Amino acid sequence: MAKSDYKGIWVFAEQQNGKLNGTVLELLAKSQELKEHTGEEISAVLLGKNVSHLTDTLFAYGADKVILVENDALENYSARPYEAALTQVAEKYKPSIILYGATSLGRDLAPRLMVSLNTGLTADAIDLGFDKDEVFYQTTPAYGGSILAHIVILEARPQMATVRPMMFEPIEPRVGAKGEIITETVTVEADPDYEVLETAPKQDTGDSIEGAQVVVAGGRGIKEEADVAVLKELAELLGGKLAASRPLVDNGWLPHEKQIGQSGAAIKPKYIFNIAISGSVQYQVGMQNAGCIISINHTKGAPIFDISHYGAVADYRSVVPALVEEIKRRKA
Amino acid sequence: MKILVFVKQVPDTDDVKLDPKTGNIMREGVASKLNPLDANAVEAAIQLKEKYGATVCAISMGPPQAEEVLKKALALGCDEAYLLSDRAFGGADTLATSYTLAMAAKKIGGYDLLLFGRHAVDGDTAQTGPATAAQLGIPQITLVSSIDVQDGYVVCDHVLEDCVQKVRAKLPALVTVTAEINQPRYPKPINIMKALKKPRFVWNAEDLEADKSRSGIPGSPSSTKEVLEPPKRNADTKYFSGTGEEIAAQIADMLHDEHLI
Ligand SMILES: Cc1cc2nc3c(=O)[nH]c(=O)nc-3n(C[C@H](O)[C@H](O)[C@H](O)COP(=O)(O)OP(=O)(O)OC[C@H]3O[C@@H](n4cnc5c(N)ncnc54)[C@H](O)[C@@H]3O)c2cc1C
Ligand SMILES: Nc1ncnc2c1ncn2[C@@H]1O[C@H](COP(=O)(O)O)[C@@H](O)[C@H]1O
Repeated sequence: MAKSDYKGIWVFAEQQNGKLNGTVLELLAKSQELKEHTGEEISAVLLGKNVSHLTDTLFAYGADKVILVENDALENYSARPYEAALTQVAEKYKPSIILYGATSLGRDLAPRLMVSLNTGLTADAIDLGFDKDEVFYQTTPAYGGSILAHIVILEARPQMATVRPMMFEPIEPRVGAKGEIITETVTVEADPDYEVLETAPKQDTGDSIEGAQVVVAGGRGIKEEADVAVLKELAELLGGKLAASRPLVDNGWLPHEKQIGQSGAAIKPKYIFNIAISGSVQYQVGMQNAGCIISINHTKGAPIFDISHYGAVADYRSVVPALVEEIKRRKA
Repeated sequence: MKILVFVKQVPDTDDVKLDPKTGNIMREGVASKLNPLDANAVEAAIQLKEKYGATVCAISMGPPQAEEVLKKALALGCDEAYLLSDRAFGGADTLATSYTLAMAAKKIGGYDLLLFGRHAVDGDTAQTGPATAAQLGIPQITLVSSIDVQDGYVVCDHVLEDCVQKVRAKLPALVTVTAEINQPRYPKPINIMKALKKPRFVWNAEDLEADKSRSGIPGSPSSTKEVLEPPKRNADTKYFSGTGEEIAAQIADMLHDEHLI
């Protein structure tokens, strides 16, 4: 098969319990741009049982076609049946590109397709596009933090990537849009060797940074653990949550759920304070869409200032405790 | 029970240089360490061994220096170490890596449980574990915060975005662990000595009967085409200045204008 025989942009329409994952609409939005470039159609691939009601949403948000694969074995996600089903349809239709949300499910499934389809898979891309040589690339932050890499899959097809959540805005829904539904049957069986015994909602510690309107984040420049308590106090005075860049999680001062960034949470608060954080690419991808970015760093020209609305080139130890006192005074 | 635990050597710093030509990490002269999450995987293996009895094999693919992380794994309580080292394995993406690791698992044989870190801190793809499970055709449980083995099954807490599933998979199965699963122990000096006497193997492509076209660079469909500066987003930053108190007052004014206080 020549690689030119592979055509079409596929979005894996991740759903659980009949609800689409938010990344699906984001990927459909980005696919519009890719389609403008190649002219290839966008197909959402929907696997599950009793999920056909989701096709309207997929069309409204930009799918030209929906490949609908319904089977008892696909009712709940498990890796091997999903791998088998998706492999069968991908081998039949030979898409050029397959995109998955970089969710826990997407990152569980996509590497298995990489193996079954014997192709490349870029992890956790933050952007996608075509370069000057017309090559499809996936952007990822490169090791070291201050540079980006364009990863490409030159010969193998389909070209696959998991894409970070919250990188793209869904399009305005095209109400009533219709497209072609292709109903596919696959030969799969439920995995006899894999069983979900019970599901418990995650214990809400009341401390999650996801969804917080105000976030105060501390970085490697925070000198001692006691200072973390002051940051927490500031967060609480503003009705917000404490968070961190990776170093404070690596050194054990804060749990991983507090980490913002590529290997942490992607958040979109109204206000974020970055205290003694330099602003590596890996950090920025987790917070760059915040409404108002305020940074305190004693190094002039730290990259975090490039994306900040407000900045102070200062030692946080002179500013943050004073700010806490000032707010308390004004609130009193 | 036979447990295979896969450990990677990673640079001991965030501040590494990239080869401008290939975009690959330049490891020359950079100190390395055991990938932190792989220490959790080793700890999980050792705890299972202490509870039920097991032979624990540590496996690493990498250059000869990767021997160091294997010695550490032995000092922590693993029983045997396997270094997969061959120029033909170099430059591998996760597809080629998973192929090589799976070939090693097959050659060792008789495995019940394969343990991986959730991700390596240098590449952070988190793909090698699930891909290796696919190469071997076995079930996997990723993102695991607790693990136990019962009657031929591995039972784990599988952490998802909004819930935790208790999942059971029949052995042989592959599990990737998160940092929450345990607190890795430190090696005791006496065990570091003892580790030197434990069996260590070095295997190359011939030993694995690996297809060189599926290993290393030839077996890697993906590659880095370009490295570039992130686009500068000019935010038109408004700077506060003065003493700490003065800056604090200006920030408070701004927060007041925004109705935050
Ligand atoms: C695969 C991979 C994934 C990663 N994922 C993440 C991720 O999810 N999240 C993340 O954050 N990082 C991540 N990183 C790490 C990232 O590359 C950076 O190393 C990290 O973000 C740096 O954190 P920092 O800004 O807090 O520390 P630094 O870069 O060390 O910056 C500290 C800053 O504090 C300032 N400072 C020091 N003292 C003071 C003071 N007294 N007052 C004021 N300012 C002061 C300094 O000027 C400096 O700018 C990842 C790296 C890799 C390779
Ligand atoms: N070269 C390697 N040798 C042994 N194990 C590896 C290697 N690369 C990755 N792994 C394993 O795969 C996990 C995930 O790595 P990655 O896919 O690179 O994020 C690591 O935590 C290791 O357990």
